[in-house]
Amino acid sequence: MRRQLPLALVFIFGVFMIVQYFVPHEYSEWVYEFLLDWITIIGIFALALGIYSLTHVSMGKIRNRTPNWQYAIVTMLGLFVMIYFGFTARTGDSWGLYFVALVALTLGISSLTWGAVETQASRRKIGFAAGLGLLAVFVLVAVFDPSWKFYFYTSEGLQSAMFRNFFDYIMIPIQSTMFSLLAFFIASAAYRAFRARNILATLLLASALIVMLRFNPFLGPVGEYIAQTANWLLNVPNLAAKRAIVIGIGLGIVATALKVILGIERGYMGRG
Amino acid sequence: MEFGTYLWTTFAAFVILATFSFLYKDNPFYKFAEHLVVGVSAGYFVIILWHNGLVPNLFHRLADGDWYLLWMNSSKPWYIIPAILGVLMWTRFSKKYSWVSRWPLAVYIGVGTGLAIPLEMSNRVNKQLYAAMAEIDWSNFWGSRFLDVSAGYSDIIIFVGAIAALIYFFFSKAHTGVFGGVATFGIWILMIGFGASFGYTVMARISLFINRIQYMDNYWVQTAFDTSNPNFHAGFQILFWLLVAVLILYIVREIMAHLKTKAQQG
Repeated sequence: MRRQLPLALVFIFGVFMIVQYFVPHEYSEWVYEFLLDWITIIGIFALALGIYSLTHVSMGKIRNRTPNWQYAIVTMLGLFVMIYFGFTARTGDSWGLYFVALVALTLGISSLTWGAVETQASRRKIGFAAGLGLLAVFVLVAVFDPSWKFYFYTSEGLQSAMFRNFFDYIMIPIQSTMFSLLAFFIASAAYRAFRARNILATLLLASALIVMLRFNPFLGPVGEYIAQTANWLLNVPNLAAKRAIVIGIGLGIVATALKVILGIERGYMGRG
Repeated sequence: MEFGTYLWTTFAAFVILATFSFLYKDNPFYKFAEHLVVGVSAGYFVIILWHNGLVPNLFHRLADGDWYLLWMNSSKPWYIIPAILGVLMWTRFSKKYSWVSRWPLAVYIGVGTGLAIPLEMSNRVNKQLYAAMAEIDWSNFWGSRFLDVSAGYSDIIIFVGAIAALIYFFFSKAHTGVFGGVATFGIWILMIGFGASFGYTVMARISLFINRIQYMDNYWVQTAFDTSNPNFHAGFQILFWLLVAVLILYIVREIMAHLKTKAQQG
């Protein structure tokens, strides 16, 4: 049951999915789509493991006061506030007590967490009492404030102003900036790595330089030839190299998938 | 533009500057931005997967059943099976029963790998092979301009280069003689390709950097400092100078700490 059943399941489902690809019957397609839904649903349930792991690690940092533990609070606030905004939306133009509820919920959960991790009995009591009180305030506001409500079953939360603001003004700017930071690190890495020591390194250096100079406006009439060369390098030798690599990756994936289906590769089961 | 939007734009500008501050060294502003984006991104994906994944794929399909009958009277009761398998994933929380989580994992991996084999062969290997065997344009062999991509010789370089690069990765035969020569040509092609990809990636990152600077200029600086702008707001200036004050205080503190360390060492 512990090892044989998973191996059998992988084999049965794996072989079935390969065979159904070549059977253009409506039953086959029905089962194919049904199984695709299965893995989508199982994958989403697995996300809870990731969120638990993030929460567990962050709470551990806060509890043990490890270096930089304060930033774990920022992570937790970002996580739960985003979830709150994703499940709530205004019913009209007024905000009502929307943010009061958010503060009460955040402080309530924080107090309960503090009460749970505190070692002194008196402080634990204060933490639990304050937490329960604040959660009661949150429940009262959620029930009696008509200006906003929870939407678990419909996607109003996705269109809510606060959810979009967090996406547009926090998530996207930081992620884009982090990617743009790589411009500097990749340049310093290139400075160290690109030494024309032999013909291969020289080819690498030359083609990278030509592609990087492609949009340089200071090269005058030479610029046009540089641009054409860069275009040719990207579409001819680069295409040949990419083609070989993509074929290699495809064959590698097929070989690994076969090893998994046949039970040769069992790393996904872990130990025990 | 409302004051709320000003506030959000200012906060976006702050987190952009905080992230760029990593170019100096790791510091509290960067750590704040980094931890914030981890939490917000995780929360974002929870919501997206809930509303776009779980609700339409599971809840809507069981919606016409009754919970007290375990949705067995819904029109698609069999969707309870993936839900049960999904819940079994959570046995990972238990040391004693964590082995049960292998069952849903096995279904997931079985379906995923079984799906991957024909699709990878079709979408990666076969498509690339078809493209490699495209007809060479002999009528336009030398092309119409300098390094013409559509010229016949370019087609030949693509075809021969791809085969040579594949031969370079074939290690079951020693790379000597003609075979070794072709493999050497293969590694040349690979190096040119890697260089071009690297240069392209650098330029993509530079584009992102320019985009960030443009964002700061268009959405923040121009509305914050241009008093003739109808969207100008005094609160914006206050926020800006508050941010500057915080940054100056941090730099002063860093310098003081550095001087103190030097004094202790010397």
